[in-house]
Amino acid sequence: MIREETARPDFLEAPEPEKNILLKADDIRVTFRGKDRKTTVKAVDGVSLSIHKGEILGIVGESGCGKSTLGRAILNLIPLTGGKVYFEGQDLSTLSKKEMKDMRKKMQIIFQDPSASLNPRRTVEQILFEPYIIHGYKDKNYIRKDILRLLELVGLAEYHLSRYSYELSGGQKQRIGIARALALKPELIICDEAVSALDVSVQAQVLNLLMDLKKELGLTYLFISHNLNVIYQISDRVGVMYLGRLVELGPYKSLYEEPAHPYTEALLSAIPQIHEENRRERIHLQGEVPSPINPPSGCHFHTRCPHTCEVCSMDVPPWRKVGDRHFAACYWNPKSNEHII
Amino acid sequence: MFLKAFLRLIRKNYLFTAGCLICLFWILAAILAPVIAPYDPIAQDLAVKLNPPSAAHFFGTDNFGRDIFSRVIYGGRYSLLAGVVTVVCVTIIGSIYGAIAGYVGGVVDDVMMRLSEVILSFPQLILAMCINAALGSNLFNTIIALIVVAWPGYARLMRSVVISVKENQYIEAAEALGASKFRIMFREIFPNSISSVLIMATTDLGNQILLFSTLSFLGLGSAPPTPEWGMMVSDGVSYFNKFWVAGFPGLAIFTMAVGANFIGDGLRDILDPKLRKQVG
Repeated sequence: MIREETARPDFLEAPEPEKNILLKADDIRVTFRGKDRKTTVKAVDGVSLSIHKGEILGIVGESGCGKSTLGRAILNLIPLTGGKVYFEGQDLSTLSKKEMKDMRKKMQIIFQDPSASLNPRRTVEQILFEPYIIHGYKDKNYIRKDILRLLELVGLAEYHLSRYSYELSGGQKQRIGIARALALKPELIICDEAVSALDVSVQAQVLNLLMDLKKELGLTYLFISHNLNVIYQISDRVGVMYLGRLVELGPYKSLYEEPAHPYTEALLSAIPQIHEENRRERIHLQGEVPSPINPPSGCHFHTRCPHTCEVCSMDVPPWRKVGDRHFAACYWNPKSNEHII
Repeated sequence: MFLKAFLRLIRKNYLFTAGCLICLFWILAAILAPVIAPYDPIAQDLAVKLNPPSAAHFFGTDNFGRDIFSRVIYGGRYSLLAGVVTVVCVTIIGSIYGAIAGYVGGVVDDVMMRLSEVILSFPQLILAMCINAALGSNLFNTIIALIVVAWPGYARLMRSVVISVKENQYIEAAEALGASKFRIMFREIFPNSISSVLIMATTDLGNQILLFSTLSFLGLGSAPPTPEWGMMVSDGVSYFNKFWVAGFPGLAIFTMAVGANFIGDGLRDILDPKLRKQVG
């Protein structure tokens, strides 16, 4: 019997120079307690992944699959129930309060709802001053100059500084959110549904901005989204999450062209396509997403999987290499259409 | 720029303007009392006792022949002072208490809220009377009693607002930037929560003046012969066929309470930043 602890995608990957790994999440778990303090929800249930310097790792999944929680857990914004996060080889759980504060400079987050992520009682100038003040910068002239640099980077102008957030459009607000995240010159930015709340045209603008910034500043992104098209456009590698677990992880091309997990396959078949020749055969999954309070045994997906067999309900499938840097946690082999046990 | 928007708002918001004018009137009257009042408020003149309003005594005289107009003007000093001091203290105590309970949450929240509910479980007036009676009745102790009775309401309001405000993403953004809990509390949460409490405070100013007057009416506020509105009404009820004795101080309490309420309503509109944009 192969237990999940013995098989994580990282350990199967070709040994890479440690210095290329910016962030490593090792079997992280986040459990929320229900109102009655008895039921527990495993929002993130043992996710391991590594983010390499300069790459964009996309995380897709349905709402409620724990992808946002994963992002917050990595940033230490919510406490981990288990597992470790290493940033540049350093275990975040061992850091003191002060060290963690310094660490925050290196990793930032961009939120989904641009209006909710800006304090409505403060002007853009006050919002952008905040990161500098928190980290003890004193020189007002330097801060101002740096803020103007940020505004230029994100495509806004000086006159926006005196505005309140409700006086800006959604795209402008998101640019302010990006500028704030960039203020401390981070290396990793977690984009938590960063473009989902925007119109499609604005979405494209902000995505282009994020790509330009990455090139210019050498950033690394963990890009969390439910939108498969956005993920496809932007990511180098893609991770697919289902009910708190990562089920497939691989380079975007091979994952989109040859999905190895039935769930990924079903997700991809749901992407609307204009051209008929691009359309995949639509896979309709049966039933609803099971409740994370009481997830199915074994593979979480086995209740809805078209290729399920006996073993799927008993054991958590181990990670299996299906291509170059491409892994899937599934017993079923799509190529031979049989189960590998 | 802000002043301009503010002035424009005042012109649009008639109730707020009316409230301001009423309160300003009473405040000025209280400050300028020695200049305005034609008589000494405690000087008795039994020759003219219980005279109806006339040219010599605009509001008539009471059972000791004291000029009611002068007493009403002077009375504002006590009632307004008690009301404003109470409301200011209660706002500060209640909002900080409630903010801590709401932000920290968990067991701290439970304990803090149960403590405040102990006070809420008594009828306001009865509790204020007990405290006042225990401490001895004078102006200072009456204010203390009012504060003790009123703060839990403010704390509860502040707590509920803070709980909803702290769920906002800008709080999380501040955490991600590394802001301390203290900073998040006072820079992010407090400014976004305090407006409801301020509105409650202005609306409550009228209530507190009424409660203070009620205590005085019951003989627990300031001691006679202090000219205090509530006590004057209390004196007046024995002479209900002489309407001016209780009527004019009652009218003073009424207008002051209404004025404070108008300001509270107006303030709600002004403090809502979204509304400010639409009007300005």
